[in-house]
Amino acid sequence: MGEGENQMKAIDVVKLARHTKRPTTLDYIKFMVTEFLEFHGDRRFCDDLAVVGGIGFLDDIPVTIIGHQKGRNVKEHMKRNFGMAHPEGYRKAMRLMEEAERFGRPVINLIDTPGAYPGIGAEERGQAEAIASNLYKMSTLKTPIISVITGEGGSGGALALGLADRVYMLSNTIYSVISPEGCASILWRDAGKADEAAEALKLTAPHLYEKEVIDKIIEEPGKGAHEDYETTAKRLKTALVSGLKELLALEVEILLEQRYQKYRQIGVFSEPPEDQ
Amino acid sequence: MSRLFPRCSRCKTSHFIAFLKHAHYVCSKCGFNLRLDAETRIKMLCDKKSFKILDEHMKSEDPLDFPKYREKLQQSMDTTKLNEAILTGTCTIKGFPTTIGVMEPNFIMASMGSVVGEKVTRLLEYAADNHLPALIIISSGGARMHEGIFSLMQMAKTSAAVKRLNDKGLPLFTVLTDPTTGGVTASFAMLGNVIIAEPAALIGFAGPRVIEQTIGQKLPGGFQRSEFLLEHGMLDMVVERKQLRNVLGTLLKIHAQKPYKGDW
Repeated sequence: MGEGENQMKAIDVVKLARHTKRPTTLDYIKFMVTEFLEFHGDRRFCDDLAVVGGIGFLDDIPVTIIGHQKGRNVKEHMKRNFGMAHPEGYRKAMRLMEEAERFGRPVINLIDTPGAYPGIGAEERGQAEAIASNLYKMSTLKTPIISVITGEGGSGGALALGLADRVYMLSNTIYSVISPEGCASILWRDAGKADEAAEALKLTAPHLYEKEVIDKIIEEPGKGAHEDYETTAKRLKTALVSGLKELLALEVEILLEQRYQKYRQIGVFSEPPEDQ
Repeated sequence: MSRLFPRCSRCKTSHFIAFLKHAHYVCSKCGFNLRLDAETRIKMLCDKKSFKILDEHMKSEDPLDFPKYREKLQQSMDTTKLNEAILTGTCTIKGFPTTIGVMEPNFIMASMGSVVGEKVTRLLEYAADNHLPALIIISSGGARMHEGIFSLMQMAKTSAAVKRLNDKGLPLFTVLTDPTTGGVTASFAMLGNVIIAEPAALIGFAGPRVIEQTIGQKLPGGFQRSEFLLEHGMLDMVVERKQLRNVLGTLLKIHAQKPYKGDW
């Protein structure tokens, strides 16, 4: 399955997922999308730079493509708030997705975020409402959606771009309800035990694929995407085009029913036979 | 802590249980709305004997084989005498039928794992199928860490079910109580067509400590309390506990009416 990383410890995958030289959303767009026009703003408050998005062509398919943008150096990290969005970032993304629906374009979301920003302004402007609203609207968006974890899938801040018909993960990425450090603090009052927490959380791509929460793992070349942007982007593009062609062939009612059932069936519980 | 003389968790004043019950479990000293267990809440809100339980026997499994999870589950089941962190069913309030879900604060902080997600979703689907409104009384520490990605996905599952209910022209009413945080706030809690909060409830996405640590500043007074959310446009109403049954009754009555077609 992996290119020599079958036995990699979860915490090492976490480190790769967070690698500062990993390709960003804008990098992937540069390699995969032609005639890209970047759009801005939520039309309500401001332009959240932690989220980027716009339109262009993926091969000959007009697409809307959106994603978190962490930035590539310290200056950009600050400008982009390290990919941690405020409500206006999620609202910008939703605005662009609704435009895609209106004009019959599929949506591609590239997810790479430590999480939604936990700040005063974020709470004041309704961080929870913005995330919930995205989930609500994405659940019946009448156009195909493919979401890909390209780095860190940080909990609700990731899921707000992640309710999709297909969810893919690059092979050295993580997707989790809580960071390993946060989990370790709660379980063992010791954020230093993040490596054990990462194992416990089972937050790497093979686990999520095995549990049928994601649909595909896209193998990164060599030691990771950070070493070879072009090959990673090529593999990502191939997966996207193949996925979009499959989804675009479906009637909208069937697409939406399948999307509902995809999430409907996630959950592990027990009940006596007569209750089912 | 004495059963006959419980303490207010905010100001620590002791109250005689019977007086406290008469005061709707609101502290007469400081006004704090004490946390209510699910069964007490159901008794306070629903018409007598009208509550009919759904999905009573659903229990959690341990999908990640997570450290200490099974013990925690057993502890909570023993303490609360419930199988999980939410009771769901149907009832009438002031004679009007509704589905109702009430979260149990004492069950792993009313955190949402697969069972809470499944019961909420089934409740919303039951409402949609039976032309009923949905009412959920919420208190929660957020998505349950011990079930990892399965807990996170319940946010998507429940939100999609709210959309389906609304698409049938039926409402979700949510009542946010202290505390309402994390992945529950960021899914069905904030998707109520009408969102009510109890006074001074802590309601937010990120916890106050995380925010303080991130920004390196002390938080403003009243931050993330119901009144703060009301000012910032995030809630429809802040309702005192003793008025809640009346307000819910009126909400159900108005939403039960067919569109008015009178003689103009």
